Amino acid sequence: MFNRLSERFDDIFRSLRGQGRITERNIDETLREVRRSLLEADVNFKVAKGFILRVKEQALGQDVLKSLTPGQQLVKIVHDELVGLLGGSNSPLKLADLPPTVIMLVGLQGCGKTTIAAKLASQFKEKGRPPLLVAADMYRPAAVEQLQTLGTSIEVPVFSQPAGSDPVEICRLGVDEARKTNRSVVILDTAGRLSIDEEMMHELDRILQATSPHEILFVADCMQGQDAVETAGRFYERLAFSGCVLTKFDSDARGGAALSIREVTGQPIKFVGTGEKVGDLEPFHPDRMASRILGMGDILSLVERAEQVIERDKAQEMEEKLRTASFTFEDFLDQLQAVRRMGPLEQLMGMIPGAGKAMKGMQVDEGAFSQVEAIIRSMTRQERVQPKILNGSRRKRIARGSGTSVQDVNQLVKQFQMMQKMMKQMSRSKGGRKKMKMPFAG
Amino acid sequence: MLSKFFDKVKEGLSRTRAAMTETIAAIVPIGTRLDDDAIDDIEAALIGADMGLETSTEIVDELRKRLRSEQLEDGPAGVMRVLEEQVAAMVALGEEGVLPLEGVLPGKPYVVLIVGVNGAGKTTTAGKLAKRYTDAGKKVVIAACDTFRAAAIPQLEIWAERAGADIVRAQHGADPAAVAFDALEAAKARGADVLLVDTAGRLHNKVNLMEELKKIRRSLAKHDLGAPHETLLVLDGTSGQNALIQAREFNQATELTGFALTKLDGTAKGGIVVALRREMDLPVKLIGVGEGVDDLQPFDGAAFAKALFAE
Repeated sequence: MFNRLSERFDDIFRSLRGQGRITERNIDETLREVRRSLLEADVNFKVAKGFILRVKEQALGQDVLKSLTPGQQLVKIVHDELVGLLGGSNSPLKLADLPPTVIMLVGLQGCGKTTIAAKLASQFKEKGRPPLLVAADMYRPAAVEQLQTLGTSIEVPVFSQPAGSDPVEICRLGVDEARKTNRSVVILDTAGRLSIDEEMMHELDRILQATSPHEILFVADCMQGQDAVETAGRFYERLAFSGCVLTKFDSDARGGAALSIREVTGQPIKFVGTGEKVGDLEPFHPDRMASRILGMGDILSLVERAEQVIERDKAQEMEEKLRTASFTFEDFLDQLQAVRRMGPLEQLMGMIPGAGKAMKGMQVDEGAFSQVEAIIRSMTRQERVQPKILNGSRRKRIARGSGTSVQDVNQLVKQFQMMQKMMKQMSRSKGGRKKMKMPFAG
Repeated sequence: MLSKFFDKVKEGLSRTRAAMTETIAAIVPIGTRLDDDAIDDIEAALIGADMGLETSTEIVDELRKRLRSEQLEDGPAGVMRVLEEQVAAMVALGEEGVLPLEGVLPGKPYVVLIVGVNGAGKTTTAGKLAKRYTDAGKKVVIAACDTFRAAAIPQLEIWAERAGADIVRAQHGADPAAVAFDALEAAKARGADVLLVDTAGRLHNKVNLMEELKKIRRSLAKHDLGAPHETLLVLDGTSGQNALIQAREFNQATELTGFALTKLDGTAKGGIVVALRREMDLPVKLIGVGEGVDDLQPFDGAAFAKALFAE
């Protein structure tokens, strides 16, 4: 979602490159542009103002490092300041010494509390900490049912009470239930409410008193505008929440509001929701995110994800194959599947440095993957290992088998050969960065 | 009609109005001329209302011009008047801006497709709209095309029951386009006046989901060439500049006929409307200023501007 901001910074800093040194004048122009892009990204105008002032102070007071150009220097200052604004390092959830850990979710209507509740529960469950979900939204029609459905799908129990029950009482009983049934985490899914709705805010006070949660997470939609600051500020004043979860992070919203929330409340952003599936919840990494904003890519997240799905031995084996250029269609298929396990391609693209810009406007077609897979699967083992034997009639058969055309098969074979050639070149000129063409995009 | 709307909007936007009035009053002390700093602050206040940088710049540029060319009355009142006039002009609507809520509807059934991102308030809007139509004596059928989100169908069922409308639904996970088609068929068979098609929330940058929306549209048109007669994009009133991109993308996929702006009863200022109107020639047809059924109102540009700035 920060892609657009990165793009803007790309353009801005390009104009700075090649200039001799940071002067009051060139920095003013640049910073005006930075301010502009922050505002367009919905960063609160007061927050943006403060940010610009701090960057300027630092930039002018500093000697330009020998190893850096003034442009790079400014990028570094903006980056560091952005990391600071985003909250330094990742902050995990606090767990209670004596279980159950009580986590309370609060926020506006439609910000994604119920979905986040299920996502968190699923994550705790995977880590071997059995959770209990508590359905405390008695207002929105079918909210309890929604949580129950989600609970069933992730096999986590949901504590609920008949319609008309007092949410405060439900939460209190829910925590008791968790204690009795030895659950290590209780997640309270409260109703969405406006920060100015006194009665509803008072209900949160009472839930707070009745359950003394270890974590209160403010769930915020990253597409929010300038008012995010006001809303978060009011919730914070009232509840002193301990962290924030950003939802709809997989949108293309620039998400500046989120930066402001962090700045105004001082509380860390702990998680981001990155999709509609229960597994789409990731810890928030301010440093990486700042890099992403500045167009440096989010390689760390990418590597981490790759590590999750690609077994280490396999990776080594693959590296060996790449080096000796003995890469076959079989390996290609393996890799393809590994990449697909890493998540939607669109998401991965955003993490690759420079890809944000290069891929702009390009629709990554997940269907193309399936086609490639189908083609390879229609090959015999021998054909996969020795693509050379693929003559006309074999290709025709493969096309029929995979429901594609001979042209599709030809194209894939050609791309594969190109890839092999590239790998040979790469293994010869080690360290020399070659431009890799995505074999099956576009 | 207008005065009722004005009161509702004024009430809903009261926090906004107070904030804007106060901010501008603080910037513009009575009896002094506006200097550049003050104008910058006014621009910031407009940006703070989510009007966006470009729109806000345009508005203050115009303000600067008018300050030079006319004698404005001193202090905040004069500035507010100019701002109100400008915003009113920007959000003014033509005839096409009105969503027919009573009388003879242009289509039988009159098909309203409701689209938007997750959590914008589509189902609530569909529910309130159903109530308005049934109150006006119309027979309403609701198509539950959100077959994806957990418990989306029961949520709509409750609304349908409240409104006294029929609901056409399928199993969780069913093809929404098929549900839409069946619903239109059912609506015709039952002689319904209105068909409200509630769809699943989707982010506008998800290609597949936007394709699904196109398919829903196509399957409605297959049954009735004129359908959907209305395609409303439901926008969260608290949303920032991303709403512009949402509007553009949804418009490309489904040819919108207008917007419904929700959640304006909070502290959000809904300035995004102004930015939206400036960029796109599509009317804001409805605004939601509260949780009650009656809090869904037709939009009125002049009243909106007045509610935003008038003292």
